Amino acid sequence: MTPLDKKSNTNNTNNKNFFQETKRSLTVALWFMFLTFPIMVIKVDPLEKTIEMRWENMIMIGLGVFFLSMLGRILMERGETRRKKRALERAQKFSLIQTIQREPKYLYPLAATVLIFALVFPWIFSTYQTNVMTTALMYVVLGLGLNIVVGLAGLLDLGFVAFYAVGAYSYALLNTHFDLGFWIVLPIGAILAAFFGIILGFPVLRLRGDYLAIVTLGFGEIIRLILENWNEFSQGPSGISNIDRPGFFGLDLSLQQSIIYLFYLMILFVLIAIFFVNRLQNSRLGRAWVALREDEIACQAMGIDKTKTKLTAFALGATWAGMIGVIFAAKTTFINPASFTFLESAIILAIVVIGGMGSILGVIVGAFILILLPEYLRALSEYRMLAFGAIMVMVMVFRPQGIISNIRRHTQYAPSSDIDPDPDLAPQIERSEKS
Amino acid sequence: MEYFIELLFSGLTRGSIYALIALGYTMVYGIIGLINFAHGEIYMIGAFTAYIIASVLSILGFPALSIIVLAGLAAAIWSSAYGYTIEKVAYKPLRHAPRLSPLISAIGMSIFLQNYVLLAQTSDFLAFPELISDFDFMEPIAHIVGTTDMIIIVTTIVVMLLLTLFIKMTRMGKAMRATSQDRTMAKLIGINVDRVISITFIIGSALAAIGGILIASHIGQINFYIGFIAGIKAFTAAVLGGIGSIPGAVLGGFVLGLTESFATGYVSSDYEDVFAFSLLVLILIFKPSGLLGKQEVQKV
Repeated sequence: MTPLDKKSNTNNTNNKNFFQETKRSLTVALWFMFLTFPIMVIKVDPLEKTIEMRWENMIMIGLGVFFLSMLGRILMERGETRRKKRALERAQKFSLIQTIQREPKYLYPLAATVLIFALVFPWIFSTYQTNVMTTALMYVVLGLGLNIVVGLAGLLDLGFVAFYAVGAYSYALLNTHFDLGFWIVLPIGAILAAFFGIILGFPVLRLRGDYLAIVTLGFGEIIRLILENWNEFSQGPSGISNIDRPGFFGLDLSLQQSIIYLFYLMILFVLIAIFFVNRLQNSRLGRAWVALREDEIACQAMGIDKTKTKLTAFALGATWAGMIGVIFAAKTTFINPASFTFLESAIILAIVVIGGMGSILGVIVGAFILILLPEYLRALSEYRMLAFGAIMVMVMVFRPQGIISNIRRHTQYAPSSDIDPDPDLAPQIERSEKS
Repeated sequence: MEYFIELLFSGLTRGSIYALIALGYTMVYGIIGLINFAHGEIYMIGAFTAYIIASVLSILGFPALSIIVLAGLAAAIWSSAYGYTIEKVAYKPLRHAPRLSPLISAIGMSIFLQNYVLLAQTSDFLAFPELISDFDFMEPIAHIVGTTDMIIIVTTIVVMLLLTLFIKMTRMGKAMRATSQDRTMAKLIGINVDRVISITFIIGSALAAIGGILIASHIGQINFYIGFIAGIKAFTAAVLGGIGSIPGAVLGGFVLGLTESFATGYVSSDYEDVFAFSLLVLILIFKPSGLLGKQEVQKV
């Protein structure tokens, strides 16, 4: 075979490949046009007896899916070849983020820069931005709290928002009925939430995996439904308003000042939470949690008290949620049960999983993505939540282990796990060498 | 006594619907071990498809019986198509991912589908057309049990029987059982596991669609949010019966439906969900793997 022949040959296969890919994308596009037909195209009004056919939607979907699918295929093909190369190179190396996390030389200056940026943030940006940022910081702490339960101890909790509600309502009720201040209720809210954590923890000790998930979900719903229906206690769906903002040594603060004050308070809280969770991770208790997550029976055989370890995980996770609940009530000055739905639990869980389970940096990144994303997607107005759901799916499909995967796991299995992350990879490499 | 029987039937009706949706959860869970949070949305899409097709056909002047059949068929077909597509898009790439990743993907999918229907159709409650007219012979007992109740209960029982036969008797059913026992082993003996998973999603979605039409014609209105609550309830029913077990899902559905109905009738309708979830917690405390779930033997 002459070199020229060979060239035309590859060209031919390329063309054939392209044709096949186009055909496949076309099939996908047709499938989606069929799939979305009744809901996207037909709009019917049985009272007026009118049928509106919106064919333009069908055409848009067809074209959109076709191009996206082509784009996806091209990207995937490129990614595949690049990944094959990189998988071999990477064997001994860590990714950029992991190097930063491992080396204090990089980590400390970076953290200091972020902190300085955070400190000047309210003076650069508007009050609205500061307020949004405070919310994001609150979710960072909530994520860190849930991370103890789900990431470290491996207990899937779908009702985490219940503890958040306990904190918020304890401040709201104590403040309106007994006129107690923010700083007094903060520890009370935390203790109450921890107490609820233990109440939930006791009956579910024997349950594992998804049974635990549904019971915690049920627990969260029970708390919300009680708040919604027990009017004498919680004023039902209309909620509690006129809750005091946090006090600052007895000074009267204007609205803007108190927003900035809360922002700094949250930064302090985040720092404390990071410190706390970080120390906890490497403590005796933290290691017991991880051991429990990996293998319950082996863990018990090593003499770890399963009951105590699980309960502390629930209680410590709930404590953070309770405190953030108090802050939430103080920040919004109005709460009602609608703030504590299952969706909220799902979003906190998504923060932990999308960020990367068990990783502190991951939770921070996850919280900023999931809380700031809907804010900055406001430009899309009504398509906001649609995009949010789609992004959640996409992040998981493209990075199943989360954006920042836990560092400890990597050091555990490395380097063997990094050389061969994909069992299909090895034969493919062999094949490419032969041809 | 009459009140008791009335509550009993209303409980059985609810329970039937929960059971129909719970089957989809339990089948998917049994095979790939995933809580498919988007399953409730499939049920909602089934109800919407039925609504759209039935309204169009009735405007075009089709006879009542053909409307029921065609709308039901359309709902089942499109729901299955959605179930199939969702699995391919959101779950299949995650088959070897950490356990919680597909769960988050499912929650994302659920948010996406809710908003998709909200944007493409409407956020208002829609009046679902009355597909089933009351039977004459039911007249004397109509104040205790309505025609739709009866149809729902009978349909559910028939569907259960068919499903059980399918899983017990057919080759595909056998492949499903094998896959749920041990996926790797099933692959080794030549079962096309991907196809089994797809078919599981298709069957589960079709059942959810049937549930969707039945409940929509029973209650008489739908909106984009109905899938969420029904999904959570059905999931509760599936876990109550022992997730992964098909008779368990049916039993769980009926237990949940009856509890809610009696709690509403004798205590207060505000707390029906509290009763449902408390019952779940109680049962799981004493039987940690559900009513009919297999006791897991843990080996080291």
